[in-house]
Amino acid sequence: MVSKMSSKMVGSNNLAHARRMVQQLRVEASIERIKVSKASADLMRYCGEHAKYDPLLMGIPASENPFKDKKPCIIL
Amino acid sequence: MCDQTFLAITFGPCDNCSQNKPLMNIYLKNEPINYCSLCVELMACQGLAKGETIHTLKAESETLKGKLEEERAKLHDVELHQVAEKIEALGQFVMKTRRTLKGHGNKVLCMDWCRDKRRIVSSSQDGKVIVWDAYTTNKEHAVTMPCTWVMACAYAPSGCAVACGGLDNKCSVYPLSLDKNENLAAKKKSVAMHTNYLSSCSFTNSDMQILTSSGDGTCALWDVESGQLLQSFHGHSADVLSLNLAPSETGNTFVSGGCDKKANVWDMRSGQNVQSFETHESDINSVKYYPSGDAFATGSDDATCRLYDLRADREVAIYSKESIIFGASSVDFSLSGRLLFAGYNDYTINVWDVLKGTRVAILFGHENRVSTVRVSPDGTAFCSGSWDNTLRIWA
Repeated sequence: MVSKMSSKMVGSNNLAHARRMVQQLRVEASIERIKVSKASADLMRYCGEHAKYDPLLMGIPASENPFKDKKPCIIL
Repeated sequence: MCDQTFLAITFGPCDNCSQNKPLMNIYLKNEPINYCSLCVELMACQGLAKGETIHTLKAESETLKGKLEEERAKLHDVELHQVAEKIEALGQFVMKTRRTLKGHGNKVLCMDWCRDKRRIVSSSQDGKVIVWDAYTTNKEHAVTMPCTWVMACAYAPSGCAVACGGLDNKCSVYPLSLDKNENLAAKKKSVAMHTNYLSSCSFTNSDMQILTSSGDGTCALWDVESGQLLQSFHGHSADVLSLNLAPSETGNTFVSGGCDKKANVWDMRSGQNVQSFETHESDINSVKYYPSGDAFATGSDDATCRLYDLRADREVAIYSKESIIFGASSVDFSLSGRLLFAGYNDYTINVWDVLKGTRVAILFGHENRVSTVRVSPDGTAFCSGSWDNTLRIWA
């Protein structure tokens, strides 16, 4: 008897779960999308515009990077 | 008082109920419409009440999934790396360990940079949370948490507090004081309560709100002052391992990744899961937004990192090599988004050209798994934490 009751509970949980899945998929299916070519072009444009401000990409001189060790001074 | 940071992107009369509300821009039968979030929910529920059985719902589920795939495929006209062929390849990269932060007695699990670009907070398996000055490698503060495996830590935007948590299922905030002798543990404030371990936490744009993700499969937004739950996010079917907030200019969303192999994008206001991506073959360990906010990268146990574009609603790049067979635990972008730094369980850090999809450098140095990788706020260096108990600053 107990096992029959618990399978009924699982049944209604499955229904609620399936209903939620369908709701979620309906929302997801209705969003606006753009082509990959346009999306890629935008990503590339962003990289291009910001590349010069990217220290790890361009490399900045040791004197400007607090982590790079500066050349030691030699006292002549 | 909680800081109201949410802004509506479009606000106006809803096409359905005519009330003035924040609007969601969606397409129904290829017509653009503006519905408020309540009407979107009602629309999604139409027809569900009558004559539904588990079978009709499952069948509709399958048709909708098929339709999603079809819609996504229609727009898949080219690959990102093909479009990127015309740009110059990157030169040789020389990145070395510039600082090694030693002091943790056990595996380093997480780290975060302070906005002042020099302080770092890190947490480890032995329960210790340490605040370092990365320029000098000095330890500025140390706190011992009452639990082990502190898997999440974050620096507050003001630099005046840190949040951390792990196996205690909570996220606690410690205000940092200038007095080195002050007992930080005494001022601790418990903010978040989950029913399983805390995997990740992040402050929003202010010190007043924290976003958390947990092994209980949910994410949640909390008010720091009162500890009140402001919004919860349900949708993952397994542990959520990582989350990342969208860059502030692009609005109030965040992305989460979990053991159900899904990466979900959420609207922080409504708690709605707005987009979902499931192409990974194993747990997603790390998620990170591209600096423009239009895409995000993931690192997974399936040994690949992937890039998903939000406006194209699909995966646009995979970063993988046959020789890489260990999972990627953590990913982060350089400032321009051209480079992706990924830490792996084979003790290395691979640097990928995001646009071309090729690897530009492989960094050795750690003597155990790399658990966390974060680029500094001004992009001059990045820090990696590892199970070898150390953190390394690379530049």
